[in-house]
Amino acid sequence: MSGGMKIYGKHRLPGRLFIVEGIDGSGKSTQLMLLQKWLVSEGYVTSFSEWNSSPLVRDVTKRGKKKQMLTPMTFSLIHATDFADRIEHGIIPPLKAGAIVLADRYIYTAFARDVVRGVSPKWVRDLYAFAVKPTVAFYFRTPLDVAMKRILGGRDAIKYYEAGMDIGLSENIEESFRLFQSRIIDEYEKMVDEFGLVAIDATRSIEEQQTEVRKIVSDALAGTRKSKVRRWLDLASLAKGSRK
Amino acid sequence: MAGFSFFGEGLPEINLEELKGKLIVLEGTDGVGRSTHIGLLKQWLENHGHAVLDTGMTRSALAGKRLKQAKEGHTLGGITMSLFYATDFADRLENEIIPALRAGFIVLTDRYIYSLMARAIVRGADPEWLREVYGFALKPDAIFYLRLDINELVTRVLQSTGFDYWESGMDLHLGEDMYESFVRYQGWLLSEFDKMAETYGFEVIDASDPVEETFKTLRDRIEKVAKSNGS
Repeated sequence: MSGGMKIYGKHRLPGRLFIVEGIDGSGKSTQLMLLQKWLVSEGYVTSFSEWNSSPLVRDVTKRGKKKQMLTPMTFSLIHATDFADRIEHGIIPPLKAGAIVLADRYIYTAFARDVVRGVSPKWVRDLYAFAVKPTVAFYFRTPLDVAMKRILGGRDAIKYYEAGMDIGLSENIEESFRLFQSRIIDEYEKMVDEFGLVAIDATRSIEEQQTEVRKIVSDALAGTRKSKVRRWLDLASLAKGSRK
Repeated sequence: MAGFSFFGEGLPEINLEELKGKLIVLEGTDGVGRSTHIGLLKQWLENHGHAVLDTGMTRSALAGKRLKQAKEGHTLGGITMSLFYATDFADRLENEIIPALRAGFIVLTDRYIYSLMARAIVRGADPEWLREVYGFALKPDAIFYLRLDINELVTRVLQSTGFDYWESGMDLHLGEDMYESFVRYQGWLLSEFDKMAETYGFEVIDASDPVEETFKTLRDRIEKVAKSNGS
């Protein structure tokens, strides 16, 4: 067929792909949102992609989770299906067009979760061979206690699969969540070297982290497409007197 | 005896020694009569005292319905579609096929990973990648490949349902109309099947004979498989 399937590392696309990883409560989504605000204000063309976002596949994932019918294998495969749809529709086309794609969670989320569920590390890495290698992959490193405080303070009950209840670590959902997430952290730590994840100390202030992220991103942006709309943004900011 | 094994990196937490049944695959392109033969074989095996599970693609409780819808809308890309099929297959493998084998059933499956791989390959997926993804599949006890050449296939299809969108591979834009596209698409699948026949040791069955003849051939061979290893 038309060129066939490209394997991880073999894509040559003009855009840039920045992704964030970390456990729930690491603050990665906030950091990504702030990064996007900045990129837009600088006139870059950005596109956003998040985990579990393919409409067609999402129904299957939701139903499978609700009815607790997912095994480690089908959990892995349905998330890979969803991710493939993101890659084929939401990530590759904007990268081809030279945009900056920002992704909240990427293949490393799957590597961590699936391996903790008992899936072969080699198999799951092969499974995602079609993914595009990110320009920079940020890992927001957070001690479990810090993340737990952030999560338990601000949201609804922990969900069954999020707590890894399907693998029977503990009958108590909060205890299971703690055990599961600490194993996820172990997997992330292993991947820092394996994939060259850029670790950000997520215990520091939001502003400090964002400054570091913006510096790393701006170093990787040479030659990236900017929008002509920028002139308008410049004028608007000048009018407000807020241009830095 | 040999027992079951996985093609590659297998499923977590499966004890292969517990699987006592037989896994028998019928493969072949669209229109070769697979489902007819599965129906006949099931009846015959049950008459002879074997418990039989018959299963086929897009029938999983998890993904079957949505997968059919996805096909109708045909908006998903090639890799996404391949993985959706893999999900459907994994759900059936873990929740139907393996439990049945554990209980000592003969499992007759209408298509297996070979069809899934052939369809994905013609849509641009990397064959080596597919082999790794389907590493979790069980190696069957026997694979019967019902084979018709492309001209006979066209005749069969015209006699039955006519050309349909997917069986003609219309998503691939191979020809000006359904006939042209069907011939190229099915011809391409056929050549992928022929390659796999060697790699995976398919038993090739000429499906151009009358149904009774083909059925007798299948029945005799399956009887041997069913009897092996004392089941």
